[in-house]
Amino acid sequence: MELYWYIIIALVFAMFFVLDGYDFGAGIIHLFFAKTEEDKEVIAKSAGLFWDSNEVWLVAGGGMLFMAFPTYYASVFSGFYLPLIIVLWLIMLRAIGLEFRSQFNFSMWKSIWDTLFGISSLLLALFFGIALGNIVRGVNLGGVEGGVSVYEGHYFFLPLWDGSFSPLTNHPGVIDWFTLIIGVIAVVVLAIHGANWIILKTDSSINQKLKSIIFKLNIVLSILTVISLSAWNFINPDALSNFSDRPYLLIFPLIYFVGIIGLFFINKIKNDTHAFYLSCMIIIGGITSSLASLFPVILPSTNDINESLTIYNTSTSAYGLSVAFNWGIVGLILLVIYFIVQKRLMSGKIDHMDYGH
Amino acid sequence: MEDMILYDRLQFAFTITFHYLFPQLTMGLSLIIVYFKGQFLRTKLDKYNDAAKFFMKIFAINFTMGVITGIPMEFQFGTNWAKFSELTGGIIGQTLAMEGLFSFFLESSFLVLFIFGEKLMGQKLHLLTAFLVFLGSWASGYFILATNAWMQNPVGYEILENGKYVLENFSALFSNPWLLPAFLHNQMASLVTSSFVVASIGAFYVLSKSNVEYGKLFLKTGVLFGLVSSLLVAFPTGDWNAKNVAKYQPASFAAMEGIFETEHAGAEIVLIGQPNMVEKKLDNKIAVPNILSFLTYQDWNKQIPGMDQFKEEELPTNVPGLYYSYHIMVGLGTIFIGVMGLAFFFLMRGKLFGFKPLLWTIMCLVPFPYIANITGWYVAELGRQPYLVYGLLKTVDGISPTVSSGNTLFTLLGFVGIYFLLGVLFLILVGKTIYQGPTPQKH
Ligand code: HDD
Ligand code: HEM
Ligand code: HEM
Repeated sequence: MELYWYIIIALVFAMFFVLDGYDFGAGIIHLFFAKTEEDKEVIAKSAGLFWDSNEVWLVAGGGMLFMAFPTYYASVFSGFYLPLIIVLWLIMLRAIGLEFRSQFNFSMWKSIWDTLFGISSLLLALFFGIALGNIVRGVNLGGVEGGVSVYEGHYFFLPLWDGSFSPLTNHPGVIDWFTLIIGVIAVVVLAIHGANWIILKTDSSINQKLKSIIFKLNIVLSILTVISLSAWNFINPDALSNFSDRPYLLIFPLIYFVGIIGLFFINKIKNDTHAFYLSCMIIIGGITSSLASLFPVILPSTNDINESLTIYNTSTSAYGLSVAFNWGIVGLILLVIYFIVQKRLMSGKIDHMDYGH
Repeated sequence: MEDMILYDRLQFAFTITFHYLFPQLTMGLSLIIVYFKGQFLRTKLDKYNDAAKFFMKIFAINFTMGVITGIPMEFQFGTNWAKFSELTGGIIGQTLAMEGLFSFFLESSFLVLFIFGEKLMGQKLHLLTAFLVFLGSWASGYFILATNAWMQNPVGYEILENGKYVLENFSALFSNPWLLPAFLHNQMASLVTSSFVVASIGAFYVLSKSNVEYGKLFLKTGVLFGLVSSLLVAFPTGDWNAKNVAKYQPASFAAMEGIFETEHAGAEIVLIGQPNMVEKKLDNKIAVPNILSFLTYQDWNKQIPGMDQFKEEELPTNVPGLYYSYHIMVGLGTIFIGVMGLAFFFLMRGKLFGFKPLLWTIMCLVPFPYIANITGWYVAELGRQPYLVYGLLKTVDGISPTVSSGNTLFTLLGFVGIYFLLGVLFLILVGKTIYQGPTPQKH
């Protein structure tokens, strides 16, 4: 049962990053590459129409995580207190930026809220990457100090950073050079994803230019991937041992690399939807590979005193998991139907779609 | 420790109060929209359809605000109340996750369909989408109240050796005797809010002589729904809730009614008075003897335990807050019945639209149902103190063990700042929508 719930929740979160990922990405592209007023308008719209229905997946994933793995929810949410609250603020600021911009037709007003929208999208992407980096790196569970736990073994607290920015100290912060690399990767991946989305959904004048931007970002991404893998191996020598023990898990990194390789042919790909699928693969592959490398651990402990958190030592009772599975399946089917209906209804370019008002 | 718990509570209270400003409108409004759409199908008069679409715009703005402010609520269980989440997540996580999975999807997908799909679907299906939006938002309220009901009156659980509460009986969560009265009362209360909003927009249009035809329709509808829901909120649902509190949380009942000393026979009902916590009595009291015993137990002489019957550590921590919240809620409820009753009377005699003082009253009264709803929740939440889960887990034992008070204060201030911006945005959006008015159907 733990395993089923783990897979369901991982998929729901992966969906969240794929879906909300494109509107974060659209924000990043908007910040750096949109120059004319029309492009800004249409890019903001390509995110503005969708962000709230995409956040549904976050709510659903969060609720299920709370139910199925309460100890994990408690530990991670209180341990990463500051970054999580900052993420909440960014989510809200982004929404504020998007909604405010169109209220008055006055260029300085628009540029203020555009910048807010762009920067908060960028920082969100960065923070989500950093979060993944933290989970992969592990934390000092129990806050061990001189061989003694300060808290119960499954609690911890991280400052945003610690002076050395090193993942190898006793008390790494949320941001260190390793997690920062992962954060930058997330920014690049989501920028690519967002660019693909804009190409797919709009007729903006920069679509052609975006393709070459995707190509360049893809090169950067490949380099960063290699760097991050070796950095990871450096801080945790048996990081990849799960893959040698269970070779079938290699399917996940494979998805990731197919995505990257595919996108090198971006200029040849005729159907924009295919390009978009490739960046979806990068995101899904990246997340699932990280999780697979840790499995069954979901938060490694960096000390020898307290055990890592796994899906088995953080879950609720077997009864709770199994009753929830009954309604969970129904809910997931509804979710998929919802998703298809929404995609059907909102398919096509949005430039000419009139929205409510 | 002391200031730590203080900031955690303040943060929760602030963010939930802000969050609850929005769902209380959406839940009631969705029902009124179904009514408008249904009337359109019945009468084929375009104004009903325009009204439904107009209020769906206001609904959509509120819905978005509900989502943005709801996500922090879910997160806060983990960030600020980690110990509570760890111990009870296996139980309240069930209802919260069901909310996220079912109701929200229902609501947001059919909201999209309602806004975009009228031409595509035809009128009958369009009505169905409105109905499903309504169903989604009420289901959302139901699951949330099931969560809260478990904290007020825990059922169907089992305590493990490591102190964790796990679920023993899933269906007990939904047959909790606390749930149905609380749900019905809460839904009627949100209908009060929405009726006032509808009626006051109507009063505004009539008074300002713009969109007058719509104004009259809104007034009529708002007053009808307002009268029915104001009556239902007091009786039977409010009364039913009071009986539940007396039964399951007698200490909070004594505090909210302001009974310091147990009377030998028959408790009086306090109309006015200020709790004096030093001398343990009510100052300037005006009370009517024996009524409370009758209302609660249908027995004029039944004894009701006062606060002197309980140990200090079992009494709610904020007795005056609880007492005032309760009296404000009930007092406002009485006023609502009065105003709506009067408006209904004039409506029946065909004089409402010309009776300016009453129209002004209706228009200006719109903040008060919000206040009644918020104070109602304060009654529930302050009355639950000092427990987080009534009788089982104290609030002090539920906070995050690793988060310091400085951090909580910092994030509290941040929320205040961002919610200020959100509030401004909300007012601009709603103000614009009301100013533009409903769009008449083009032929
Ligand atoms: C428009 C709003 C409104 C109005 C006019 C009233 N209420 Fe109320 N009341 C609520 C809005 C509300 C609420 C916000 O919806 C609460 C909070 C928890 C709940 O389920 O509903 C609530 C809770 C609540 C409780 C439970 C407190 C607890 O859980 O400890 C009682 C005993 C009453 N109400 C009683 C009444 C009575 C006797 C009223 C007579 C007029 C009344 N309410 C009017
Ligand atoms: C229905 C779902 C709700 C749940 C599950 C819930 C849960 C909680 C929790 C966990 C706390 C913090 C612990 C505590 O102080 O006891 C709290 C406190 C509080 N809540 Fe609620 N709440 C709900 C609804 C509301 C609403 C709608 C309001 C007001 C509009 C509200 C007002 C408050 C207040 C004022 C406090 C602080 C009380 C105090 O600490 O003295 N709650 N609630
Ligand atoms: C601690 C208490 C609460 C939490 C954790 C919470 C959580 C959330 C979340 C995450 C959302 C956005 C997504 C969704 O609908 O699932 C939301 C929206 C909503 N919440 Fe809350 N909420 C709380 C209190 C309440 C209360 C007391 C009610 C009313 C009974 C309520 C009713 C709604 C409704 C109807 C929505 C849908 C959005 C809308 O219609 O505006 N919530 N809530």
